[in-house]
Amino acid sequence: MPDSPDAHIDGSTVPWSSSNDFDLTVDGRSRRVRGSWLGETLLYVLRERLGLPGSKNACEQGECGSCSVLLDDVVVCSCLILAADAQGCTIRTVEGLSASGDAADVQDAMVRCGAVQCGFCTPGLVVAIYDLLRHSPDATDMEIRESLSGNLCRCTGYGRIFEAVREVQRGRSCARL
Amino acid sequence: MPGSSGMTTRTRTTGLGKSELRPDGIPKVRGEFAFSSDLWMDAMLWGHTLRSPHVSARIRSVDLRPALAIPGVRAAIAASDVPGRPTFGLEVADQPVFASDVVRYHGEPIAAVAADHPETARLAARAVLVEYELVEPVVDAEVALRSDPLHPDGNLFRHVRIRHGDPGIVGDVVVEGTYEVGMQDQAFLGPESGLAVPGEDGGVDLYIATQWLHVDRDQIAASLGLPASLVRLHLAGVGGAFGGREDVSLQIHLCLLALRCGRPVKMVYSREESFFGHVHRHPAKMWYRHHADYAGNLVKVEARLVLDGGAYLSSSNAVVSNAACFAPGPYRVANATIDAYAVRTNNPPCGAMRGFGSVQVCYGHEAQMDKLAAALHVDPVDLRLRNALRRYDRMITGQVLTGVVPVREVIEAAVGLPMPSGRCLEDPALSLPGGAGLSADVSDVSRGVGVAVSFKNIAYSEGFDDYASARVRLESDDSANVTATVFIATAEVGQGFVTLAGQIIAEELGPFGVVLAQANTSDVGSAGSSSASRQTWMSGGALMLACAAVRHILSERAASELDEPAAAVAYDTGELRSTVSGRRVTAAELLISGPIDVEEVYHHRPTMALDADGQGDAHLSLMFAAHRAVVDVDRGLGLVKVVQVSTGQDVGRALNPLAVTGQIEGGIAQGIGLAVMEEIILDEGRVRNASFTDYLIPTSLDMPDVLATLIEQPEPEAPFGAKGVGEPPTISSGPAVLAAIRAATGLELTRAPVRPEHIALSDGIHTVSDPSEDRSSMLAGDNAGL
Repeated sequence: MPDSPDAHIDGSTVPWSSSNDFDLTVDGRSRRVRGSWLGETLLYVLRERLGLPGSKNACEQGECGSCSVLLDDVVVCSCLILAADAQGCTIRTVEGLSASGDAADVQDAMVRCGAVQCGFCTPGLVVAIYDLLRHSPDATDMEIRESLSGNLCRCTGYGRIFEAVREVQRGRSCARL
Repeated sequence: MPGSSGMTTRTRTTGLGKSELRPDGIPKVRGEFAFSSDLWMDAMLWGHTLRSPHVSARIRSVDLRPALAIPGVRAAIAASDVPGRPTFGLEVADQPVFASDVVRYHGEPIAAVAADHPETARLAARAVLVEYELVEPVVDAEVALRSDPLHPDGNLFRHVRIRHGDPGIVGDVVVEGTYEVGMQDQAFLGPESGLAVPGEDGGVDLYIATQWLHVDRDQIAASLGLPASLVRLHLAGVGGAFGGREDVSLQIHLCLLALRCGRPVKMVYSREESFFGHVHRHPAKMWYRHHADYAGNLVKVEARLVLDGGAYLSSSNAVVSNAACFAPGPYRVANATIDAYAVRTNNPPCGAMRGFGSVQVCYGHEAQMDKLAAALHVDPVDLRLRNALRRYDRMITGQVLTGVVPVREVIEAAVGLPMPSGRCLEDPALSLPGGAGLSADVSDVSRGVGVAVSFKNIAYSEGFDDYASARVRLESDDSANVTATVFIATAEVGQGFVTLAGQIIAEELGPFGVVLAQANTSDVGSAGSSSASRQTWMSGGALMLACAAVRHILSERAASELDEPAAAVAYDTGELRSTVSGRRVTAAELLISGPIDVEEVYHHRPTMALDADGQGDAHLSLMFAAHRAVVDVDRGLGLVKVVQVSTGQDVGRALNPLAVTGQIEGGIAQGIGLAVMEEIILDEGRVRNASFTDYLIPTSLDMPDVLATLIEQPEPEAPFGAKGVGEPPTISSGPAVLAAIRAATGLELTRAPVRPEHIALSDGIHTVSDPSEDRSSMLAGDNAGL
């Protein structure tokens, strides 16, 4: 069974352009990117050069949110950012959120509430929901809808995703009491 | 949340009927689940396809040399490099692997390349020199029926003719209409992708997202000129399907490139290429004439249905059969004259999408039922209830409905759910049509309510040899832990069969560990396609048989162990017990002598072909659903906000209520997408909106609240009593939205999707004399105004 790439995959270069080496700070670690063509997006470098395929590519246009990552603590579509442009920034991926446990209740609620079907949009939604509830812990139903409207899901019709968000809100508000 | 009518009686509930959680849920939320686009191998190359920029052309020459001259390019192939059958196809191999002499649609593959870097591959594909001679395309199905053949097989894929009852009979009231449905895309989020790995034996391993591994394998092997045993398919993570992965897309190209290069090759379509890479839902033009008596009983339905199949056959023959068989909707009608055509054109190929032929005709028959209700001055819900199919009624194909037929129940459930309150109190501006654009003027907004009802077949019809295989291996380790390993080639596309498989093992065998082996073509026979809402029934049935075979072998071993006749041994959740002596022996003890490994094949009852008059018992079982939609419409801007959809759905039995809810909500999203926003825009056959910027699917702000009632009346023939649940939500939800927009605006609106200009710039054709007439009270049941 072929596997996802491990760390430091040095993919080959394109022939018509000089390749570049640079460093990115991803999930708390400095990562050397070697031989990258300058046209490569942050999403491509994360997936194909740094062995982090959790962020997904579904539209290449910033419409679907499947590639969402936190760049200097702001949710961005990593398909719209050139990797080399992200030098000096702090990048957090869904893999990083998983490893840190920071989004554990979001992830748990998504599974328990039935918010996952094919799962392709799911990592992007984990990042988006984590970010939403960090900034708006008491987001209203309409704020939840508005906030997640940049993350397309084709399977669920969003109902169980909303339910997962409310489930996290309930859990956290109990924890605050 | 869906409620349950509680009509099911269960004898055992160890595994089925509970909302068990997905076994792949945790890896999916952690970003660790490997989709087909996530695969990676050492020394892997990237593939890319060159596609025709023209709709219709003759190919004078293809020169691959400029691509091969680019450093980093390892292979470039075209039609002459296909060693085996030059064509493929689900039913008939009428579609070229690469176009060789003729281009028949915009985006048809011409060549493919493999290179070290995806950008190099993309550049190399663009460097291939192709000389085209343009040919005038035929993009209208009616014109194609009269045109010179676009393909050696001709332009008429299939004409399904149904003559039922008295063709000359005329009703007291007659209504007529012409309706049109646009081309919808499945728009699964995970684009087509896969990884092909050449084997040392001259064969190839393909890791692929698909709906049916074995039928892909057979088509690939034929074109590679290899025996099927040398083409091994493995299911990679599937990012949604909805019918769009039933046909071969990049499978053959990938294997050809890998075998040519002797290295693994990965290919991932961009979103743009994905729009060109798979079939779409057939656009349809439908003429209908309904006859009824003054009491409101349907007397006759006449229809002429023309489905544009695009350039190649795909599954058009089955889609057009569904359109014909289900043309009247789930209503009792003794006389019917239906002519349904699927036609070849130079438009993009069309085939399977969720609802498969039932969706298109539902827009027609439900608009007609509303028209008939208006002509008869009766409540549209009452008209539907009066004519609703019942058990042992006949379809227009003459088939007697022997399964459960809860049409009345689904309608009453859908209209009986609470209506939404007034406009959203929390944030009225955002909840108006136009949403965050804040463009709506509240004084221009009116609310409408509409209802639609639908039905569709489960599994394959018309005599197709439909079956599924399942293999179960039961073994015990040194600590007496019993594990059931399930080998089944069922494509998990998101629907949750992986969850159900564990539930079935728990129900049928007991509380053992369950391991689901990766689905492939090597370890087990075909499971058939994850389509036609069939896998719960078919693969579920196969797994049930395999478990029964395991129990049988355990009983034989127990009889020998206990020294009693097999008939005196009872199976009791993992233990075997003598009904004579009461002595017990555990499954673990019985497995010491060796594991049990059995494969079983489940066939559903044979169905029949339709005869020359479209008569015959062609279908296994039918699923029914009703939807009520509530919409707000800004008449001035033509903007629609779908506020709520309520549904009653016939599920037989909900084996996993949470998964059923997910299917209902997700299916409704796709249904309303077709009603108000989703369409592939074609300009003389050219696709104009192949992106998620231009082809819009519902977002979280577009999605209405959904209320659902599950009608659980176990289907006698179905394993576990469960019907399929995936397709019905997508069928009548959209037509209900159209009915609601008609109610809100008074416009006739004969085309889906409804666009703002159809409302804002309409010439004012009205279906009802007084658009302000409040029909919501009639439709809302007892809970109106809650």
